[in-house]
Amino acid sequence: MADANMTPQPSPAVQQLLRRHRFRVVELLPWIAAIAVFYLFPGYRLLATQVLVLILFALSVDLIVGYAGIVTLGHTAYFGTGAYAAALLARPEWQETLWNVGAQPLVGIAAGTVAGALLGLISGWIILRTRELTLLMLTLALTFLLHELAKDIDGLTGTLITGGFDGINFTMNPILGIFEFDPIFYSTNYWYAFAVLVVGFLIVRTIVNSPFGATLVGIRENVRRMHAVGSPVQRRMLMVYVISCAIAGLAGAVWVQVQDNVTIAVYEFELAGAILIMVILGGTGRLYGAFIGVLVYMILENLTETVLGTDPPYWELVVGGALVLTVLFAPRGLLGIGEDVSTMLGRKRR
Amino acid sequence: MNAVVDSGRPMLETRGLRKNFGALEVARDVDFTLHAGARHALIGPNGAGKTTFVNLITGALDASGGDVFLNGDRITHVSEAGRVKRGLVRTFQINTLFTGLTVLENLYLAVSEHAGVAARMLRPVGSRPKVVAEAMHLLEMLQLQDDAARLITELPYGRQRLVEIAIALALEPRVLLLDEPAAGVPSAESHIILDAISGLPEEIAVLIIEHDMDVVFRFAEKITVLVSGAVLATGTPDEIGSNAEVRSVYLGEGHHA
Ligand SMILES: Nc1ncnc2c1ncn2[C@@H]1O[C@H](COP(=O)(O)OP(=O)(O)O)[C@@H](O)[C@H]1O
Ligand SMILES: [Mg+2]
Repeated sequence: MADANMTPQPSPAVQQLLRRHRFRVVELLPWIAAIAVFYLFPGYRLLATQVLVLILFALSVDLIVGYAGIVTLGHTAYFGTGAYAAALLARPEWQETLWNVGAQPLVGIAAGTVAGALLGLISGWIILRTRELTLLMLTLALTFLLHELAKDIDGLTGTLITGGFDGINFTMNPILGIFEFDPIFYSTNYWYAFAVLVVGFLIVRTIVNSPFGATLVGIRENVRRMHAVGSPVQRRMLMVYVISCAIAGLAGAVWVQVQDNVTIAVYEFELAGAILIMVILGGTGRLYGAFIGVLVYMILENLTETVLGTDPPYWELVVGGALVLTVLFAPRGLLGIGEDVSTMLGRKRR
Repeated sequence: MNAVVDSGRPMLETRGLRKNFGALEVARDVDFTLHAGARHALIGPNGAGKTTFVNLITGALDASGGDVFLNGDRITHVSEAGRVKRGLVRTFQINTLFTGLTVLENLYLAVSEHAGVAARMLRPVGSRPKVVAEAMHLLEMLQLQDDAARLITELPYGRQRLVEIAIALALEPRVLLLDEPAAGVPSAESHIILDAISGLPEEIAVLIIEHDMDVVFRFAEKITVLVSGAVLATGTPDEIGSNAEVRSVYLGEGHHA
């Protein structure tokens, strides 16, 4: 007691802010679940691998949509560019020209990351000067443009680069020359996606808990006030945009690497919409919302299609309904509901 | 006292500052000087262009013409954030806060930006306890410490006004523009805000926009009257109080005997 008087305890508000970045035990849950899924559902490994990659993609979207408040419908532009960058590097015909390193997975993800970042820098520099509807339309336009380019560039240039609609098939070299990708049981593929997600997640988590991350939330909450406290808002937004696009590019690269092919689908608007829906379903601006949103979306999609079939596309009704319910009744997403429930339980216990 | 202030060097100056919103002229060739350490009030009827004038000075709005000088430097084309970095700070007539964040987080954003650590992304917020402590210190100065963990939306309007002021002080202003700091605050609480303003460090040059003439005449050593975007008169409270034109346009008969 006497000691406590000598060095006064910082107030609870201060402690809360100082400790916010600390890891909590519950944060192990998604990773334990991901490890368990590998062993419990071997038949669903491709789907599970896709879920891991999409979580990374969703995190990149949450970084700008949920944290900085920049709403985009075009993040597949960067995901797709990362995907094509990795796929093009791995094209069998080009391997000799590329000193036989093009199909090295780590080279591919580095290329995907850089490609996403570069496109993010160039496009963001223009897009982020606009606001709201204009911004949304520009992100959309970029995606459509790249989609058309990937589809038709072979016909336009008379060469075979992207493979048009059919895309590119390739075979990745073993990771670090040791771990071979496994097109049947997807075991290496799964752990590869898992490892990249861990790294990507830690990067995003570090950023959102940093002073920089705090300024993103400030920009979302009140951009006028951010200007008035002397924040170079435009520069901060471009910075986070480039980081987000780099991560989207990284996710795109892994997406095609674990599946040994790229198709035009990586540039499709459906995916841009879906990833935004996943983030909203899970809860924006809360990191783990991306995990829950992607998981719930993918499972719902799979269930609906298994039970009701794909014709007519009942799935679109289900996802539409889920989105409406979320926006109307749980604007903080499924994770927000979880937070409310746990506070309620906590109160009762006391 | 007035003599000392008048001989102070100009901290903030506008020359021929103009602004139109379409056909509406909201600032008409405004020449204005705020001296070092000044306690200066800007008054005028609603819609006179006072808030717009503040927005032009801070760079929140681009001027249609004219120049702004801060401490002798032409800052007309300096960004809003750049002007803040040079010590030109304002509060808003209508609370402009990070409403979804706690009071402490609001202060943290201002302090970290001012301390130049806000761009750091590899270390957590908690790795700089000094910045958080400084934010808390400012809250204590305005007796907001007990509200530190509360969301802005949970605070009564009057206490939100105090957060506006705390944020401004966090930026260590050399020039402080207060746009109706007590607006919307119940009179029982407004004294907290007015006390905070009276207690501002002497070296800060303060421009206050205020409708309550008692407050203006108590606080200000100099008053500028703005009407329809143009300066009608500038002078000491006595000069302004006895200016017939000002009285007829603005004060109304017998308001300030
Ligand atoms: N962004 C704007 N666009 C158009 N008109 C504006 C804008 N901001 C202010 N005005 C107009 O400019 C005039 C001055 O407004 P303001 O500066 O807020 O006056 P005051 O603060 O003295 O009450 C008002 O007629 C107002 O309607
Ligand atoms: Mg006003």
